[in-house]
Amino acid sequence: MKTFSPGRILFVAFCVLVLLYLILPILIIVPMSLSSARFLTFPPPSLSLRWYQGYLDDPAWMQATRVTLTVALLTVAIATPLGVAAAYAISQSKLRIMRAIHITLLLPLVVPIIITAVGIFFVYAKIGLVATMTGLVLANVMLGLPYVVISVVAGLRSFDATQEMVARSLGMNRLRSFFAVTLPQIKTSVIAGGIFAFISAIDETIVALFISGGQYQPLTKRMFTALRDEIDPTIAAISTLMTAVSFMLVLVVSSRQKKGA
Amino acid sequence: MALNGTVKDISLQHQRREQGLMLALALPALLLILLLIVLPVGWLAWQSIYHDGFTLENYRRIVNEAIYWRSFALTFEISLLVTVLALLLGYPIAYAASAAPKGWSIVILALVVLPFWTSVLVRAYAWLALLQRTGVINHLLQDLGIIGEPLALVHNTFGTVVATLHILLPFMVLPLYATMQTIPRDLLQAGASLGGSPSHTFWRIFLPLSLPGVLAGSTLVFVLSLGFYITPELLGGGRTIMVSMLVSRNVELYNQWGAASAVGVVLLLGVATIFLVVSRFIPLDRVLGQK
Repeated sequence: MKTFSPGRILFVAFCVLVLLYLILPILIIVPMSLSSARFLTFPPPSLSLRWYQGYLDDPAWMQATRVTLTVALLTVAIATPLGVAAAYAISQSKLRIMRAIHITLLLPLVVPIIITAVGIFFVYAKIGLVATMTGLVLANVMLGLPYVVISVVAGLRSFDATQEMVARSLGMNRLRSFFAVTLPQIKTSVIAGGIFAFISAIDETIVALFISGGQYQPLTKRMFTALRDEIDPTIAAISTLMTAVSFMLVLVVSSRQKKGA
Repeated sequence: MALNGTVKDISLQHQRREQGLMLALALPALLLILLLIVLPVGWLAWQSIYHDGFTLENYRRIVNEAIYWRSFALTFEISLLVTVLALLLGYPIAYAASAAPKGWSIVILALVVLPFWTSVLVRAYAWLALLQRTGVINHLLQDLGIIGEPLALVHNTFGTVVATLHILLPFMVLPLYATMQTIPRDLLQAGASLGGSPSHTFWRIFLPLSLPGVLAGSTLVFVLSLGFYITPELLGGGRTIMVSMLVSRNVELYNQWGAASAVGVVLLLGVATIFLVVSRFIPLDRVLGQK
């Protein structure tokens, strides 16, 4: 193996720099959130949990956190069964229209989010769903559906549909054979799709900027508004917590996928 | 069914029931998408051409008024720049991940995917903290005596590009990596054994075979940055007005629904055209599957 040619060293150095560019901005949030100083100085003068304390003591941030978690959980609870049902239909049916339905279900990923946001705002304004929990949850279910559909359609691709037919020929009804035979085998992709929908709901900002208001504002809307005004280290604390939550969820997905493989 | 009794009819009936069941299963999800994205977007499109009668006034404004077409031009430039930079930075990373021994390859991919799963808002915040006048980078450069006065790194196009690129880079690396993994290494060895130098086998064999990944990644990055909102809004300092900001300002500040709709329709048509053209070369769900 030829090792340290100048070209190779240059290549590795370049890659290391790009990876640092990717990862440093995320790591920098952690010391910021733990600094006792109001402004960012390096290294932080001393460590403190005051920004976490400030976050936990602030009723407005707490209310926003409750809204975000409620919306995200309801989104998963609704988007996962809807998405699994649709993915099942897409992969089992030979109807030509299913292809069109499949593409339609992926639209939320294709249409620029600002257009979706303005469009939903316009419709909600007509039917009185602006600044309501229902409106926020419905919008997030719509945005989360493609993740469930993509993940479960991929999962069903490697599933042999004749197994379900065998179960049915042995006398199980359709629903039971789905739950007893099919679902256990695509469990990993269903869970992955659900978790992606959850993360998407926690992160969603732009639609919430338009349609949420009053007591039903999620964390991201409050963070966005706060960022426009000034840099408050409380946001570093919230960001660190949010990042920790997404990473843990991703770890769950990838460890399950490895087990499944 | 009026006629039944023959085996053929029963199987036909069974098939119909099966098809009906499948449609019913897909219906709730489809309904939600139709009501919350197809209907609203259709409504916007209608609004952009109809206001007490048909009018193209909203579209004329995009062509005639500098604030509109400049914003479109700027959005196009920034998206192109971000795409090219993402390709230049992302290709070597994807190559390293596909060529490195397994352990390193996992480390590289993990470092690419970690930011992918961090909130866009969190990353915009991090860049704000890094790049502002009293931020980490300016402090560092001043302490090292490289600069006297803090540099204007944010609240301009530079800050927007740096943060947008950071957010979209994984969308380039992942499809590139997926394609590179399918390139058989024997081909490169065959090229080398036939006397090709490493750079020769790379340019003549590896690069052409990786082009589908280049196309998928570039499409994704370009289209996503065309519609980007959070980074230009937070890091652009009100000077970098990208198309998505034009839409939101027309709605939020001026209540100009017709103008906002027309801008949105043009943006959407642009995105749709790109996807249609690209889908002639690679399947669309392969492009979108990366997200």
